[in-house]
Amino acid sequence: MKILVCISNVPDTTTKIKFGQGNTSIDTSGIQWVINPWDELSLTRALELKDDANAGVTSVTVIHVGTAGSEPTIRKALAIGADEAIRVNAESHDAWFVASQISEVVKKENFDIIMCGIESSDYNGSSVGGMISEFLGIPSVSAVSGIKIENGQPVMTREIDGGKEIVTAPVPLVAIVQKGIAKEPRIAAMRGIMMARSKPVKLIEPLEIEPLTQVTVFEKPSPRAACKYIDADNPALLINLLQNEAKVL
Amino acid sequence: MSVLVYTENWDGKFKKLSFELISYATGVAKMLNTTVTAVSIGNVDDAELIKLGSYGAGKIISVKNDLLNTFDSQAYTKVIAEISTYENASVIIIANNNTGKAIAPRLSVRLKAGIGSGVSRLPLELNPFTVYKRTFSGNAYAHLVIRSDVRILTLAQNSYDLSETENRAVIVNQEVTVDSSMSKTVIKDVQKQTGKLVLTDADIVVSGGRGMKSADNWAPMVELASLLGGATACSRPVSDEGWRPHEEHTGQTGKIIAPNLYIAVGISGATQHLAGISSSRYIVAINSDKDAPIFEAAQYGIIGDAFKVLPKLVDAVKELKK
Repeated sequence: MKILVCISNVPDTTTKIKFGQGNTSIDTSGIQWVINPWDELSLTRALELKDDANAGVTSVTVIHVGTAGSEPTIRKALAIGADEAIRVNAESHDAWFVASQISEVVKKENFDIIMCGIESSDYNGSSVGGMISEFLGIPSVSAVSGIKIENGQPVMTREIDGGKEIVTAPVPLVAIVQKGIAKEPRIAAMRGIMMARSKPVKLIEPLEIEPLTQVTVFEKPSPRAACKYIDADNPALLINLLQNEAKVL
Repeated sequence: MSVLVYTENWDGKFKKLSFELISYATGVAKMLNTTVTAVSIGNVDDAELIKLGSYGAGKIISVKNDLLNTFDSQAYTKVIAEISTYENASVIIIANNNTGKAIAPRLSVRLKAGIGSGVSRLPLELNPFTVYKRTFSGNAYAHLVIRSDVRILTLAQNSYDLSETENRAVIVNQEVTVDSSMSKTVIKDVQKQTGKLVLTDADIVVSGGRGMKSADNWAPMVELASLLGGATACSRPVSDEGWRPHEEHTGQTGKIIAPNLYIAVGISGATQHLAGISSSRYIVAINSDKDAPIFEAAQYGIIGDAFKVLPKLVDAVKELKK
């Protein structure tokens, strides 16, 4: 069984976002780029499955749509343990563009499980995984917080309102992954970092695809009113303010 | 041309979220000078369906088919896409929850429709069609132009006020052809907590962080939440330590919530935590560290020891409820 993990290259989640060029783009100076947190958890779980002899996973490939600037993130994924990487050499314009490119690659190379993070921490689109499954006409299971392979069949935990379901679907399928899939992201060891240097990164030129959406302007969130402090000995005043001023009680 | 809304149901009932979607769709329809059509899939009776009319749905299309009793995103997408084409929808509105995130991207491909996900305001412009959406986990908002003829918007929960209107809705029962091989997801088991308020539905959330020190100290938090009719939540370290279940983790990689009131106790307010709660209407911070970043996000703050403040707060709420 072959697993493909889709990875996005995003600013470290503690980054203070600044805009450039008249607020039309993100000022990338000083940004530390990382693997999108949900993708990193997906990769971790994929590698755990590969380590488990009973799961029958033969390879874990990562795919990324991005320019040469995102090579360090791809190398990091290889250092963590992915066997090989594919980079579609293009700016990742929007979800439609990225999903179209990845679907094209999957059509040519067969993967059994395609794992995508439920969203990326930059554009919070939550779209790429679902789009890939529809482009390929294959099942997808969303909000997956656990995945096992039993008798060659993926068995997934799907989060629903107020609970969870245990579901299966035939491969090939797209698993859209959320928190809980792996406990902690796997960290690259020195040996992995050394080995990553010689692992293959296949470069693919993009198809010509017209994006459907475009960000024209960024804005900062509206500033909140300054905090009103209440004496620690008098929480009753807080309740009073919440009831009569904020009117939320 | 119309504005189409997919309204999910929970065991045959709608929620406040469903009415927010219809209210929002009504706002969009007014801008476009058109009407709102709601689509419901599943066993929802007419008395429940007609409620959507009170928020502006003109037509309510009800699809009941036993083959759609299991949620399968592929099968649901096919049904919604067919109705959307038939209704000539130019805008499709879906919740930005797990179900919405499963359906919207598939619909996008079927209809070649661009997605604006997590919108929290009415479209800013119609020409070009521009929406206002959350990016960078709430650290920035973007004006997003959608260039396709059909647009899909997923609405951020609790971001749009309900607005009631005269109910003139008609219910249309729609037959659909569903091939039994179309729905490929098989549910082997369901584990549901019954009688517990779902965190994302709660108007009031009482949340604890590392400052709560151990799993044993949660009783006053649970009591406070229950007195306020709210739910309990926690920060990431708390769920990582196993003090609280991971379903309660709010933050960037956990649940993203937008209650009317969020009470953060012993939570310092790391960027990743704020990403999950910053859309709350009011944030109250209780923390012993006066420099904790949570106070920058909060409108009301108490600097003090949570273990001393909490009992007094519980007493004050009891007094209020008398």
